[in-house]
Amino acid sequence: MLIMVSFAAEPIIRFGFFTITNSFLDVLLVDTAIIGIIWGFNKKASLIPGAFQNFIEMIVETFYNLTESVAGGERTPAIFSLSLSFFIFILFANWSGLIPGLNSVGFYRNHELVPFLRAGTSDLNVTLALALVSAIATHIYSLKTIGIKSYLGRYFSLNPINLYVGLLELVSEVTKVISLSFRLFGNIFAGEIVLATISTIFAFVFPLPFLLLEIVVGFIQALVFAMLTLAFMAILSAPHQMQAKEVNHA
Amino acid sequence: MTFSISGGLIIAIGGQMAALAIGLIGAKAMEAIGRNPEAFGRILPAMLVGMAFAEAIAIYSLIFAFLK
Repeated sequence: MLIMVSFAAEPIIRFGFFTITNSFLDVLLVDTAIIGIIWGFNKKASLIPGAFQNFIEMIVETFYNLTESVAGGERTPAIFSLSLSFFIFILFANWSGLIPGLNSVGFYRNHELVPFLRAGTSDLNVTLALALVSAIATHIYSLKTIGIKSYLGRYFSLNPINLYVGLLELVSEVTKVISLSFRLFGNIFAGEIVLATISTIFAFVFPLPFLLLEIVVGFIQALVFAMLTLAFMAILSAPHQMQAKEVNHA
Repeated sequence: MTFSISGGLIIAIGGQMAALAIGLIGAKAMEAIGRNPEAFGRILPAMLVGMAFAEAIAIYSLIFAFLK
């Protein structure tokens, strides 16, 4: 059995040190699509919403209420904007790989098909970049909201037990990035391999249920990434006293 | 012809616990829906997110199975 999807994104053109891969092109495409939709939406937005505006407002409002129920208070707008951006970008990047022809149109190099485009999130570089942005933004936001003393107090302490817990927290910060990036990459990449394998068995009608499954997986993984970013930001930006108060109330 | 079972072993061992976890999540969700059918809309997204987390472990081993 021949599996056609390669692990790394295939390079298309090289400009000196800068290599343009097919997943990079796909990310550009997704960005263009999102910016285009937003631009068109802003031009047409009116007080009396049409069907399209209603739909977008529904998504944004649902997500805002979700964020408010987790974070609450004045932290909501900042956390909401970042996690919703993650959700929309990852959703479009995941689903872009399912467009017919996207993975199969390309050119031959050394008797192997190199597609021009490939789902952005099926490249580990993209998901790792997303996870790093999420983690760094979380820490910057945490520093801004609770201050440097409280921020460092989470990791370093004179109390030996708290020092050990802080050490575990430091390790968990690293594993957070790894698990975020690998979860997204693994799901989308495995989905592509499954689709490619199924299509070699029988190319008509048979892959349809798997395509449906991949649509659901793409949505859920985008939601999981956004929810985790939301939860990490909410946890790291909550001061210790507030957490204690919440526990007492519960 | 080279013969290798490592890829099959990786996904077989790595998939067991994830499959069990997904089964447990599904079973508990069904139980909850059976007791309280109106809560279906609120149980389903939580179940799917929980399944996505459990599935992640199997996905890691799937990557390694393809990579080996």
